[in-house]
Amino acid sequence: MSIGPYHYLGLAAALFAIGVIGVVTRRNAIGVLIGVELMLNAANINLVAFSRFSGGLDAQIFAIFVIVIAAAEAAVALAIILQLFEKRSDVDVDRARTLRG
Amino acid sequence: MEKQVSTVFFWIFAALIAGSGLIAITRRNAVATAMWASLCFVGIAGEFILMHAYFLAVVEVLVYAGAIMVLFLFVIMLINLREEDLKATEGAQLHIAGALFSLGFLGALVWTVRRAGLFDIPLNAKYVGAEGTAAAAAGETAQLAVPLFSDYVLPFEIVSFLLLSAIVGSVLITKRRLS
Repeated sequence: MSIGPYHYLGLAAALFAIGVIGVVTRRNAIGVLIGVELMLNAANINLVAFSRFSGGLDAQIFAIFVIVIAAAEAAVALAIILQLFEKRSDVDVDRARTLRG
Repeated sequence: MEKQVSTVFFWIFAALIAGSGLIAITRRNAVATAMWASLCFVGIAGEFILMHAYFLAVVEVLVYAGAIMVLFLFVIMLINLREEDLKATEGAQLHIAGALFSLGFLGALVWTVRRAGLFDIPLNAKYVGAEGTAAAAAGETAQLAVPLFSDYVLPFEIVSFLLLSAIVGSVLITKRRLS
């Protein structure tokens, strides 16, 4: 049996669901962030699969943009986590309730 | 023969991705989470190679498994969490609820795709097998560079500006004294 596009879509859906579990259950902000990264990678698998099985390269360009934006998002989020730790000396997302500096 | 080999590798990498992803989000230790996520990204790079997206596979390993995970590890070691902070959750209820929510989400995803009729679209109409030259050449760096610097040059520049502002913003956020 050869591997078709729906195998990749199923794998990406599973990875996205794993990322959702991470975002929902983790209380450590770094764990939540890694869950988000897994979800972005699931989207990347979908984009590359569409590119592979429909012949165009446009979807791979979008995947490159997703990777760049994920890097920018990780940098900003980690800076926020550092500042949160300095303020509260933990990174528990359930205990950080106020937006006020 | 080559098709069977790539099928075997698809399932190997799929098991690697799902397994290391699941382990990554259930570890209590943040360093272990980052390392298992790194392994997950290596598996994703393997799937990209199977889909002939060679450039993206290299970028995945360099940027994700390399740069972003090193950044995570730096921050984890800078904030140096105490042992009681490493508890991932309080009790099992949150884990079970999260798993149920995620399974429901997965079901909704598959149901929506099926209902939208995406399964009826012959996605593999233009699919050329591993022996075909048209699809096999796609995904190499030169082919990818042409649309990136012609059709998509404006988004490319915008995204580079976004990256610059993210760098400046993260430096500003980290430098600021809140108290």
